[in-house]
Amino acid sequence: MKRLYSKIAISAVVGAVLAVGGFGAAQAQKVKRGGILSFVVGSKIPSYDGHVESTFGMIHPIRPFYSLLIRINPDNPSSPTDFICDLCKGKVPAGADGGKTYTFKIRTGVQFHDGTPLTAHDIVATYNKIIFPPKGIASSRKAFFKMVESVSAPDDFTVVFKLKFPSGAFIPSVATPFNFIYSKKDLDTRGYTWHKKNINGTGAFSFVQHQPGSFVEGKAYARYHHIGKPYLDGFKAISAPKMALRLQAIRGDRASIEFRGFPPKARDDLVKALGDKITVQESDWNCVLMFTPNQDRKPFDDVRVRKALNLAVDRWEGSKYLSKIAIVKTVGGVVFPGHPLAATEAELVKLTGFGKDIEKSRAEARRLLKEAGVKEGFTFDFSNRAVDQPYKVVGTWLVGQWKKIGLIAKQRVQPSGPFYNTLRKSSDFDVSIDFNCQSVINPIADVTKFLGSAGNNYGNYDDPVLEKIYDRLLRAETESDQRKIMREYENRAINEMAHLGITLWWYKINPHRSYVKGWKIAPSHYLNQSLDQIWLDK
Amino acid sequence: MAVASEVQADVKLDELFPAKPWHAVAIDLIRRYPLGAAGAVIVVVMILMAIFADVLSPYDPEENAFEFMLTPPGLQFWMGTDQFGRDILTRLVYGARTALFVGFSCAFIGAFTGLVLGVASAYFGGRFDLIFQRVMDVFMAFPLIIMALAVVSIFGTGTQNVIIAITIPFIPRCARVVRSSALAIREIPYVDAARACGFSDARIILRHMVPNVMAPFLIMISAFVGQAILLEASLSYLGLGVQEPTPAWGLMLQGGAEEYAESAPWVAIWPGIAISLAVFGFNLFGDALRDALDPKLRAQ
Repeated sequence: MKRLYSKIAISAVVGAVLAVGGFGAAQAQKVKRGGILSFVVGSKIPSYDGHVESTFGMIHPIRPFYSLLIRINPDNPSSPTDFICDLCKGKVPAGADGGKTYTFKIRTGVQFHDGTPLTAHDIVATYNKIIFPPKGIASSRKAFFKMVESVSAPDDFTVVFKLKFPSGAFIPSVATPFNFIYSKKDLDTRGYTWHKKNINGTGAFSFVQHQPGSFVEGKAYARYHHIGKPYLDGFKAISAPKMALRLQAIRGDRASIEFRGFPPKARDDLVKALGDKITVQESDWNCVLMFTPNQDRKPFDDVRVRKALNLAVDRWEGSKYLSKIAIVKTVGGVVFPGHPLAATEAELVKLTGFGKDIEKSRAEARRLLKEAGVKEGFTFDFSNRAVDQPYKVVGTWLVGQWKKIGLIAKQRVQPSGPFYNTLRKSSDFDVSIDFNCQSVINPIADVTKFLGSAGNNYGNYDDPVLEKIYDRLLRAETESDQRKIMREYENRAINEMAHLGITLWWYKINPHRSYVKGWKIAPSHYLNQSLDQIWLDK
Repeated sequence: MAVASEVQADVKLDELFPAKPWHAVAIDLIRRYPLGAAGAVIVVVMILMAIFADVLSPYDPEENAFEFMLTPPGLQFWMGTDQFGRDILTRLVYGARTALFVGFSCAFIGAFTGLVLGVASAYFGGRFDLIFQRVMDVFMAFPLIIMALAVVSIFGTGTQNVIIAITIPFIPRCARVVRSSALAIREIPYVDAARACGFSDARIILRHMVPNVMAPFLIMISAFVGQAILLEASLSYLGLGVQEPTPAWGLMLQGGAEEYAESAPWVAIWPGIAISLAVFGFNLFGDALRDALDPKLRAQ
């Protein structure tokens, strides 16, 4: 056992060194060119269109074919504020005109994989599709750009974003990895849905083939605009829905890495079996598992019942034990833990259900239930997603927590498709597992999840007070103002109304073959997936 | 004729066939069908486990006890604990309830429905029999697990839907076997006599034909229980059966097999053994029942 721990410690140290020393260290090691990176992906590709999809099943195999206007710094992906230009030139611009105008200078000489030269008009057409989609065209991140008034191109290599009001959420929104830059020609001539089934980007790799349910293959793009990259000859994204399969693929060296994350036991097994051939990188994860009471249904329209559901959950004990068997760990509020806008522990323990005296919380929960007329043994339907990590593990834990205040949750587990249908369309649930997984850490955009008006909120409620607080938050200019208003927002959403229940924030563990160099873990499984900086030390 | 009557009147049946005490009958059966007896023991133990689960188990099968998570087998937890700290022995004992409830429900509902439909099909014959058998052919064209998966995907998961999913494919299987026996019975004169007496079709089917196809029916039931337990475990393993935290063997296997096969193998081994033993037990018992009820096999 001691040997195992020492192996894990060594791997973690190696990972940490990579994370801290980073790319500079990797370059000092002298980059080796060539080779094919094989990696496993645990989810299907619903379509190739980044503007529509929200799943890592699409991002991991498809992102390498595309570029963004700006992106997180691949050498420092943990930073929520370190952005660099991808298709723009120089530094990421600061806002002019009191923070209401952002002017991006675009690189020259960039070509799409079909040979079409890239200009500012392609970027304008792309962002107009994302921010102002025509009726009937889906855009999953339209709400991120509430502050944008217009996007225009005064010349072929300049893009100007005009904002309605200054907002700190703008630049992180632009860096969202789903904002693939499409060719205006494709959008104009082939339509806004063409990219669902076709690929034409300016990314580090060009598309070779996709065998549905099997793999996606890409080869290095010789005219890639980051000169000298990519280092790889190509990549192969292998579809492997079962975790055991993904684990065995890495163990047997049929795949080098999985970019989403494994639970601690899987990490331990790999380290035990492969020793220093495995490097482990770990990070907090901008993803939180929640539960959503359906306020269209009784008794969940009663705030006392929703508060009781929250009070029953011992998050501090859950963090201690669930972190050993699941990909969750950190106790946090509405904002990604550790971010300057996040609640401190002292602030957190004041929130409903975050107190450290669980017996007191549960006694209060029982009192509230009694007051609301909910009897001991009340049974309700609890909808969950048929994905072990972390949904089923946390779901089973929640069932046990609610039982402690006399509530019986009947867990109904469904595969992803029917689960989403229940959550998003039919709304046929009493309480459902829910999540808020975002890419770039952008708390002001990320917390929209709690707004009844948000496209990804399924609680069936309207809370004008919360909407007003959010509007103030969106317009707050200084960090201290943002922080103050964020506490108000958190207090309203969790303490006063208990609209949604936060469980635990995820924790990302990426064990990978040690010969995979240049990739650094980010606090999101959507980030840092261009693969242009990865090389194989074989 | 008169002599014969006198002889019958003088000799008592008990003297001709002296009754054996129950333990002698049991020993006789064990000698004749040792494997069947072993199967019966397994079945009886399972039933007792299911009935007395509350008494046998010192722990709550559903309550998480994280301080004991993944404890290896030992004095406190004979079969160890799972990732939620729940005692595996307790969950196995309670899991027998789920297995038997699903097994017997599916077997009885499926077999009884198949029995009535099969006998009715044989009795009425003609176009009804022709059309009904083609419908049965369609159902029987699908393997059991595929049919069950299709039904679960329509109705959803959960114990009730699992019972429906497993019962539906059992019906045509039982109906087909029972029909072949009933076809022979239909030709026996007493059925004609009953019809001549003006008995209703329902009375002829239920009171005169059904009791005469009981032997294959009972054998089908015993086989169905084992198959239903296996199917329930398979569906639960695939995440389509009963759901956590309900103790069910297939679910226990699913929860532990993938992640803890190496570091905590007991999580997957015990439910695997339980499923194998239960199916083995019911199959042995069913085979012995077939041998005992089939005159040809009994003579051999």
